[in-house]
Amino acid sequence: MREFILRRVLQLIPTLILISIVSFTIIQLPPGDYVTTYVANLAAAGEELSEEEIMALEAHYGLNQPGYIQYIKWITNFVQGDMGLSFYWDRPVNRLIGERLMLTMIMSFFTLLFVYAMAIPIGIYSAVRQYSLADYVFTFIGFIGLATPNFLLALIFMYIGIKAFGASAGGLFSTEFLDAPWSVARVWDMLKHMWLPVVIVGTAGTAGTIRVMRATTLDELGRPYVETARSKGLREGPLTMKYPVRVALNPILSTVGWRLPEIVSGTVLVALVLNLPTTGPLLWRALMSQDLYLAASMIMILSTLTLIGTLISDILLAWVDPRIRYGERGTT
Amino acid sequence: MTTSAAPESASSPYESGNLSDLLEAEGTIGESRTQFLTPRQLMLLRFKRNKLAVISFWFLALLYLSALFAPVISPYDKTHRFNKHLYLPPREIHIFSEDGGLQRPFVYAVKIETNKETFTRDFVEDRSQQYPVQFFVKGDPYKLWGLFRLDWHLFGVENAEEVGPIFLLGGDKFGRDILGRALYGGRISLTIGLVGVTISLIIGLLLGGLSGLYGGVVDNLIQRLIEFIRSIPTIPLWMGLAAALPADWPQIRIYFGITIILSLLAWTTLARVVRGKFLSLRNEDFVLAAQSAGANQWYLIWQHLVPSFMSYVLVDITLAIPGMIIGETALSFLGLGLVSPTVSWGVMLKDAQQVVEIAIHPWILWPAMFVVVTVLALNFIGDGLRDAADPYADL
Repeated sequence: MREFILRRVLQLIPTLILISIVSFTIIQLPPGDYVTTYVANLAAAGEELSEEEIMALEAHYGLNQPGYIQYIKWITNFVQGDMGLSFYWDRPVNRLIGERLMLTMIMSFFTLLFVYAMAIPIGIYSAVRQYSLADYVFTFIGFIGLATPNFLLALIFMYIGIKAFGASAGGLFSTEFLDAPWSVARVWDMLKHMWLPVVIVGTAGTAGTIRVMRATTLDELGRPYVETARSKGLREGPLTMKYPVRVALNPILSTVGWRLPEIVSGTVLVALVLNLPTTGPLLWRALMSQDLYLAASMIMILSTLTLIGTLISDILLAWVDPRIRYGERGTT
Repeated sequence: MTTSAAPESASSPYESGNLSDLLEAEGTIGESRTQFLTPRQLMLLRFKRNKLAVISFWFLALLYLSALFAPVISPYDKTHRFNKHLYLPPREIHIFSEDGGLQRPFVYAVKIETNKETFTRDFVEDRSQQYPVQFFVKGDPYKLWGLFRLDWHLFGVENAEEVGPIFLLGGDKFGRDILGRALYGGRISLTIGLVGVTISLIIGLLLGGLSGLYGGVVDNLIQRLIEFIRSIPTIPLWMGLAAALPADWPQIRIYFGITIILSLLAWTTLARVVRGKFLSLRNEDFVLAAQSAGANQWYLIWQHLVPSFMSYVLVDITLAIPGMIIGETALSFLGLGLVSPTVSWGVMLKDAQQVVEIAIHPWILWPAMFVVVTVLALNFIGDGLRDAADPYADL
């Protein structure tokens, strides 16, 4: 087990390096940089900067150096926990990201919980009561959930919120808690707001997971061992839960690593629509204004967190399933 | 077992060399069906059994056709602004006149009234004026597929500038027809999936094939690359890449840029499928037979391997298109993908970013309906194909 964990952690390192290069390059790709945008904006406002002033600005932000030096500087500081300066906000990236990142993580975690809490029981039920009314209803809702992009769902929910309750559904905190320090009341307030984005982001994942759960459970239910157990007089309830469901859970758990990037992506989009104080809106603005260090750091962190989440789920899976621990990953 | 294999023409079915006779003689084909079906025909037969998939298929065909003929079907040009009728609600088509008599379809004229309570300008139907819906009317000139100069449209009403254009799904903030624009937008949104999937297919076949055929270091490298791409959260990556496209590029280049960005992820799934199939087929008897008969690598791949897994790839292709359509919509919605004057469903939905706008003019969400329905249809077709491609499924 220890060897397995060590191997997976070591595998993570090259991936992380690659991600850091990719994130940094992406932000470098567009022509011009923050200073050119900034100067253009000033010029539009009627303020001309002299050549020296522009040079000084570039030197101030470190943009006069070649790309790879900027990268090396950024990544060495990044590893030490300093993510550089946001040009747009003129504040350290660390301070900008801090709370938003935590909220993103909390939201992703709850979404994952929501997906499994909803999908597994529904999947089992749909399989056991195949072709019942409820099965059809869930299948239908599942398909709609799969076909509706997250951000659209967010828009529709907000529309319903305004129409039905006359209130905007956006945000994660009530106004009185917006800038308040953390307290039990604030956490409670956040949880009261969080269910909506969690449901919205989770819907697509839930729909997909229901289908997998239903299909695998159905496969297992038709197996001879189930028939044998039944003929030996085992009651239907415990029988289903003890054997077919346990087997059917395996593919669900082994794809946690694929669900996580989806959920993180979803939170970014939905947060933009619902105007949540998470990483989504910040990343969007950073990309729009070519805020190099902020954008690169955010893509880097989001990817890293996803990777770590995947790693944890892999370790959990290896702990549950000895076949994986010993390097037999099967076909998946 | 039927005995229609005419024993007098050939002493034994094995000598006639006719495969269907042969199978029949062996009893492989049942009593009623004396016909020999190719795998493709079998697949088609099974697909046709799935009603939902067939309906989805025809529906989608209709949607693609209407995108193709968008300028003819939409009553006005996509840029035609009716300045007097901004945010015009969807027009109702009536067939009963005031006294209840049946009539040819018509619309009532629209007049603008100031609401005494809210002081907003509302559109109300003027019940005293009827305008029949006319077919094949002259209107905005257009060039169909850049070839034919035409000026007639499928339907329309007279005096549109004054009494209200016929916006079946309402108008947007510039007084443009949402239905017409959605059809025009379909040209972009519906093809971006196809083009993207083609790109993904080429990359997927190539890398998946290399991976499956050669194994070893190549396989290892490609597999690591796939795992790496799959582990990055899509949307932040897409956002970053889309933001990197220069804003001053011509529309067509942005279009292809976005398509390539969307394909970056989709090819990984295809490559995995292709690799898996290559690995399992490599040791099949018919492949070994072809190899020992002296078939070269290239011939083997295209004549034996590719046809035998194409049906599975087809399923994955169909299921990959929806993701791309949603991706394009999301990016354009954020203002990072295509931008106006290009019309796509995502670009249209950008107007619906503000919830307040949706609350007052809910019909601006119509393009979303197009996205959802298209994605649903593609999913149903994909499911139908998957069942049809399963060689062990019952007929």
